[in-house]
Amino acid sequence: MRNLWAFIRKYNAFFLFLIFEISSLIIYVKYNSFQHAEFINSAGKVTGGLYAKVDEWNGYLSLKEVNDSLARENTHMRNLLKSSYYVDTVTRHKVVDTVYKQQYEYMVARVINNSVNHINNYLTINKGSKQGIVKGMGVICSKGIVGKVVYVSDHFALVQSLLHKDSQFSAMLAKSKEIGSIQWGDDMDPHKALLRDVSNNAQPKVGDWVVTSGYSLFPEGVPIGKISSLRTKTGGYSLNMEVALSVDFSKLEYVNVVDNKFAKEQEALEAQQKKDE
Amino acid sequence: MSKVILINLLRFVLLVFIQVFLLKNITVYNLSTPYPYILFILLLPFETNNVMLYALAFIMGLTIDAFYDTPGLNAAACVILAFVRIIFINITVQKDGFDNEPEPTLSIMGFRWFFTYVLTLTLVHHFFLFAFESFSFSELQYTIGRFLLSSIFTVFLILISGLLFFRKKERK
Repeated sequence: MRNLWAFIRKYNAFFLFLIFEISSLIIYVKYNSFQHAEFINSAGKVTGGLYAKVDEWNGYLSLKEVNDSLARENTHMRNLLKSSYYVDTVTRHKVVDTVYKQQYEYMVARVINNSVNHINNYLTINKGSKQGIVKGMGVICSKGIVGKVVYVSDHFALVQSLLHKDSQFSAMLAKSKEIGSIQWGDDMDPHKALLRDVSNNAQPKVGDWVVTSGYSLFPEGVPIGKISSLRTKTGGYSLNMEVALSVDFSKLEYVNVVDNKFAKEQEALEAQQKKDE
Repeated sequence: MSKVILINLLRFVLLVFIQVFLLKNITVYNLSTPYPYILFILLLPFETNNVMLYALAFIMGLTIDAFYDTPGLNAAACVILAFVRIIFINITVQKDGFDNEPEPTLSIMGFRWFFTYVLTLTLVHHFFLFAFESFSFSELQYTIGRFLLSSIFTVFLILISGLLFFRKKERK
């Protein structure tokens, strides 16, 4: 026994190495799936608070661009107002709107931490469970989709951006409504994504718009990007194509979190169907 | 002794700040991302005992991980770095020289030793960091490219910081 202790003490560097290495690898393998990432991430109290503080200073640097985009969006919204349309019918009935029920609600949030140059990219936003954000909500910005919420703390939320190995959203071609799924490309370019599994009948052209399909977290028709090149393999069952993303992920400032009011109902329904099978 | 602790604490905070708030968003063609925070582990005094060294490396790694949202990744790479540091110093530095050479800095150890030291340890750290990050052989070329270019960037930054804090010291 004494010899064993002496042996361990003599090579303590190696044994300590084993202990620490194994524990960090356990943390890495266990918590990187984000199923139960409870303690080490940028939405925590200290890390989130620090990011918020630094972002406050950084915010001044991009005021001009933010103002520009807000002004542009304002004009866009103004164009949609009823008052800017010419009414060509004389009599109008006032109808209490019971046909439409608001399905999607948007919450604006500021991006306080962001990355685009890793294999798995996340952003942190400054709204959390106190403001009604729940795990699984979609996130968009004025130019297109951004990602989905994977972890929520009291005042911050962590968003898995589209630039992530595991991100996959339902998308379609704006013109022909052919469904496919969008995910980040293999070459880690933050301006490119891959649209996969589009049926062979579709005849996409370079420059066509790709938008969300409404099957996943986002409302139908949110832009994703334009097709930049077609990768047609002969004999394949489906078409794959490269999409130039409309969102510049490295310049995200403000995003909208999408609250799908019917998401729970839909999920429950589809879960029931799965259980029956 | 308390001065040593204070200096290292300051170094820790400063390096974390620089790494997380400045260098996290700096990249060259999406390939080269520097991680000079390992300087903290490189510059710990020679007489730091092994338990302390591993613990500090582990904590440093986890702190960076908390900001990078990669729990365990940097910690794993840092622990390997600490292991290689112990071996490297065992081989190249004589044990009885410890009294007048407290820290492995550029000004104390000279350029040739310091450069080899930084290069070897950075390569080891970055290799495991990028290997663990991708965790597959599918993009081997890309991973190796990232690893080599990032290592160059990191070594460059560390050497610059070494020159920046260079103090002419009388070597006894």
